[in-house]
Amino acid sequence: MALTGVLRAGFVQIRVLEMDEALAHYVGHIGLELVDKADDGRVYLKGYDEFDRHSIVLREADAPGVDVMAFKVARDSDLDGFEKRIVDFGLTVDTVAPGEQPGLGRRIGFTLVTGHRIELYAEAARSDNGPFIENPDIWRDDPRGMRALGFDHCLLYGPNVAEVTRFFTEVLDFNLVEKVQTPDGPIAVWLTSSTKSHEVAFVEHPEPGKFHHVSFALESWNDVGPTRHGITRGQTIYFFDPSGNRNEVFSGGYSYFPDHPTRVWTPDQLGKGIFYYEKELNDRFLGVVT
Amino acid sequence: MSDSFTVTVEGSDAQFSCPDGERVLIAMERQGLKPIPVGCRGGGCGTCRVRVLSGTYRTRKMSRAHVSEADERAGIVLACRLIPESDLAVKFAGA
Repeated sequence: MALTGVLRAGFVQIRVLEMDEALAHYVGHIGLELVDKADDGRVYLKGYDEFDRHSIVLREADAPGVDVMAFKVARDSDLDGFEKRIVDFGLTVDTVAPGEQPGLGRRIGFTLVTGHRIELYAEAARSDNGPFIENPDIWRDDPRGMRALGFDHCLLYGPNVAEVTRFFTEVLDFNLVEKVQTPDGPIAVWLTSSTKSHEVAFVEHPEPGKFHHVSFALESWNDVGPTRHGITRGQTIYFFDPSGNRNEVFSGGYSYFPDHPTRVWTPDQLGKGIFYYEKELNDRFLGVVT
Repeated sequence: MSDSFTVTVEGSDAQFSCPDGERVLIAMERQGLKPIPVGCRGGGCGTCRVRVLSGTYRTRKMSRAHVSEADERAGIVLACRLIPESDLAVKFAGA
């Protein structure tokens, strides 16, 4: 297998203020499937094109934001290898027992310098409502709402993007696809473990652990209507869930391979990098996070 | 019962009507006014934090990261979750 170690962004657990409203949004509008409402109140969702049991976890809380973003690795033994490398880097690693989220095997977790909790896991139950695998029809049920295929990536805000970049590239074997570079170092980075243009992105921000957006993959931007990023070249629309967490629907973008060079933006061109046609950033996009 | 209430934003010239049951920030935006900055519109980001100076109101759930219980007792709320029950005077409070 050519793709080893970290495969992809696997799930994200998001805090919402009111679950009923959140479900109307994520199931009705985004078009995710409702997998399970667990006894502890967490609700598990997936996109119709995802094989694993769930990819989005909602938890009702008194403040919105992100609890944890997790990456799926290829093999259980990868967890042992990564644990050693993460500890050697200087982070503390804890373990989450199998079944803490239904259908998932053991996870290892740690907190980044940016304040975000990240987990790795290898085992996930196969959904009984995933894509067909025998003479596959295109879908099981007609897609709903924005027809999201599944979880694509997150953008996280926190301090010390330079160090978090070093961690992802040196310890988790990610590649740095694009960055916004200042004379003092990078202030925004797009990182991938696959051929997607990004599995996770970080923006420099003084307050740790902040959540800028969760992004859902669409088959085509025709499903929603586009603006476009210069960075990744993906088509995009941003909006907010009912608790104020920013969502994105994303389509396209180039494919990345590990022999590709990192594309570099200067801060004065960032408007074009984020909103290619408008060529202008706005305070809300930059400053509004949960 | 009134069909709508008048909301006055102290420190600006803005005064607008808010239909019964509507949230103050949404009513403000619908009328093309901008005296209170707009963020996520969902009670999450804290951008539209205001102090209610007079009037009665109710709120929907707001992020505790931006409005503490003490804040709430002091009339600090997020305008995107603020529903008037009488005419209101509010003042932008910032983060």
